[in-house]
Amino acid sequence: MTNALKKIYIGLIIFFLYAPIGTLMVLSFNASKARTKWGGFTFKWYAALFENEEILSALFNTMLIALLSALAATLIGTVACIAMTGMKRRTKSIMMGITNIPMLNAEIVTGISLMLLYISLGIKFGIGTILLSHITFNIPYVILSVMPRMKQLNPSTYEAALDLGASHTTAFFKVVLPDLTPGILSGFLMAFTMSLDDFIITHFTKGIGVDTLSTKIYTEVKKGIKPEMYALSTIIFVTVLALLLLVNLSPEKKEQK
Amino acid sequence: MTSNNKKKWLSAPYALWSAVFIIIPLCMIFYYGLTDKTGAFTLDNIVAITTVGHAKALRLSILLSLACTLVCFLLAYPLAMILANKKGNKHQFIILVFILPMWMNFLLRTLAWQTLLEKNGVINNVLTFLGIPNIKIINTPAAIVLGMVYNFLPFMVLPLYNALSKIDENVINAARDLGAGAVYTFIRITLPLSVPGIISGITMVFVPALTTFVISALLGGSKLLLIGDVIEQEFTRASNWHLGSGLSIVLMVFILFNMILSAVFDKDGEGSML
Repeated sequence: MTNALKKIYIGLIIFFLYAPIGTLMVLSFNASKARTKWGGFTFKWYAALFENEEILSALFNTMLIALLSALAATLIGTVACIAMTGMKRRTKSIMMGITNIPMLNAEIVTGISLMLLYISLGIKFGIGTILLSHITFNIPYVILSVMPRMKQLNPSTYEAALDLGASHTTAFFKVVLPDLTPGILSGFLMAFTMSLDDFIITHFTKGIGVDTLSTKIYTEVKKGIKPEMYALSTIIFVTVLALLLLVNLSPEKKEQK
Repeated sequence: MTSNNKKKWLSAPYALWSAVFIIIPLCMIFYYGLTDKTGAFTLDNIVAITTVGHAKALRLSILLSLACTLVCFLLAYPLAMILANKKGNKHQFIILVFILPMWMNFLLRTLAWQTLLEKNGVINNVLTFLGIPNIKIINTPAAIVLGMVYNFLPFMVLPLYNALSKIDENVINAARDLGAGAVYTFIRITLPLSVPGIISGITMVFVPALTTFVISALLGGSKLLLIGDVIEQEFTRASNWHLGSGLSIVLMVFILFNMILSAVFDKDGEGSML
């Protein structure tokens, strides 16, 4: 394949992935409520968004759950990775096997299995149950991000720190943790994103009256999506895009090249 | 020694967590699936898959998810090869491009396809403008497959890319030096070495496609029911958890088969997604 063809192919796939996103962005400026009619350019949905308390509370729930579940999953997952390095091969592969279950299992099965668990334990459905479920499906993403870093670690540096008089704790925080940080960060980001985008598991584990953006959109599908929702998604998407560009174009990264 | 003992203790939180939130919930599905409302043992909930409606939904699900997996593979393999050949470490960038869309809600992105595909939708407007006959795929199985491919393509691209970029270039160069043509090198070297990625990609796409219920609801109209739709309705509308669990056990047979497949072919996690 020639270079031009390759670029066209990559371009087409990226177009395929981002066409719906572009569509939603255009719709957020559409004065007409109909999805297929262009009624002129407007900012009114953006203004309406900040007065729509239902959407704002769903946004708050979504962000709260994403943040807390990603933090908890990062902590549990990273500790688990450290623990697994000291394990026998057999125990370790059993642990990794269990870690893979939420990744490979169908979301609908994970969702209903957790729902049945909460029902039989008598836990009240609400933010708490969503949070517990999100932590559960987020941990594997953290473990899979941190584990490769763990394998690359040079055990001699840790031992050297100990020889030089550092305590186990100091050696860990000063020597091991900095090496793991990139893996931990990408695991956290991955977990945050997955939580934010989840619908299926939230659908089965949420209580009545509690909504995240996903479940709110799902209930709106039949009545017609409120254009404020498009405005909100556009804001979120553009913010993330800008942040990512900023991080990736920062001077620090350039020096590494 | 002490440090190893400490490490063992560190595994306790996760071990406990996975026991309570992964293992026990799965056992609950089996408990509900194998009992009736009085709590007596029964196989009725599993045998229920053979009733006409359920069997039809399962058949359609398998058919569409196979189609989706095949299309994803055919689209993703050349893409992963191109990306893996690029010089420099593009790993982060590639993950970003494929993960970024997830920041726009999954339901909204799928709904956007409705806008694009509808009878008076964007694509048909463009086609009319160009004088090309319109497409009629909304509310057909084809639209569901398109929605699946759209949502699950990253899960095929990332493992393939990871497996392909791990292939030592020298192995390929050696094959070429020894006189193998480009096609022969691909069939005998590149393809076999990327098997872990292929298997992992197939697993990661096939399972969510087989079990989805949202995509079919959004793009397939109300007449096309997938097995995921049936199970979801048993839980949310019919509140027949026993039947829903029984049908889930049937689904889990397929999932288990996939897990074994990936355990056998991808022992070292070479085709992992991240």
